[in-house]
Amino acid sequence: MDKKAKKVAVVACSGIGKSLGALSREITYELIERVKPGIAVTKCLGLVVSGDSDALKMLKENPVITIDGCAKECSKKSVVAQGSKVDRSFQIMDFMKRHKGLKPDGISELNDAGQKLASLAADDLAEVVDDLINQEGK
Amino acid sequence: MADSYVGIVTCSGEEIPEGTTTRFAFRKVREQLRPGQVVTICLPLFIAGGEEERQFAISHPTITLDGCEKRCAAKATEKLSGKPARCLVVTEILKEKGIPGPSKVRRLSQADKAAADVVADELAKTVDAVLEKAE
Repeated sequence: MDKKAKKVAVVACSGIGKSLGALSREITYELIERVKPGIAVTKCLGLVVSGDSDALKMLKENPVITIDGCAKECSKKSVVAQGSKVDRSFQIMDFMKRHKGLKPDGISELNDAGQKLASLAADDLAEVVDDLINQEGK
Repeated sequence: MADSYVGIVTCSGEEIPEGTTTRFAFRKVREQLRPGQVVTICLPLFIAGGEEERQFAISHPTITLDGCEKRCAAKATEKLSGKPARCLVVTEILKEKGIPGPSKVRRLSQADKAAADVVADELAKTVDAVLEKAE
């Protein structure tokens, strides 16, 4: 019987001091609400950091994408440190290089350029989600 | 020597509206209510960062602000850094004041922002109390 992945977990960095943290969060919401609803889901990074057993079980049972605002890669490192694997990891800079000219600003609420970049980045990630689901199904 | 500022660690929970509330409340305290009196650290830096980050709650008095009863920020701060001076939870603050919880995780509604303002006021008062005790 084929092993089927039910979901793809997307874990954003939670960065609170910079707009890039807000952007990682916004990309995650774009992905789980608009681009891949019902397939991509998120987990609070705080649950991962605090070692919540239900959250860690979910990450171990499904493919995981991490999205980090900066090079410190808190999301990726936290998931790995708690014994789970990361199937694909991204930094905001990956998307900024791909979609030049969009400069995100704002922390509590992103500016229009940040919103646009989040939307485009989530579209980019649709293919990644599909790949992970298909790989799990093989 | 008295501490001149207080550390605040929010859960920033991505799954729940109250996690977003913690971000709004902290930003309001830092930028409007108690500018220059608070600092923060991204919660996952307790794992991903170095020794300097893990000294955060030991170096100065720290308040944790969690969205829900799972208290991720409080638990992680105590386990990975140091015992928080005070631990606040959004759901408890709002319940005590008879205010409905926020409804939107992504973009807070006007009612959600009003609730976040209440949480920010409570956080600011707690900052004052912690600073006063440190003097």
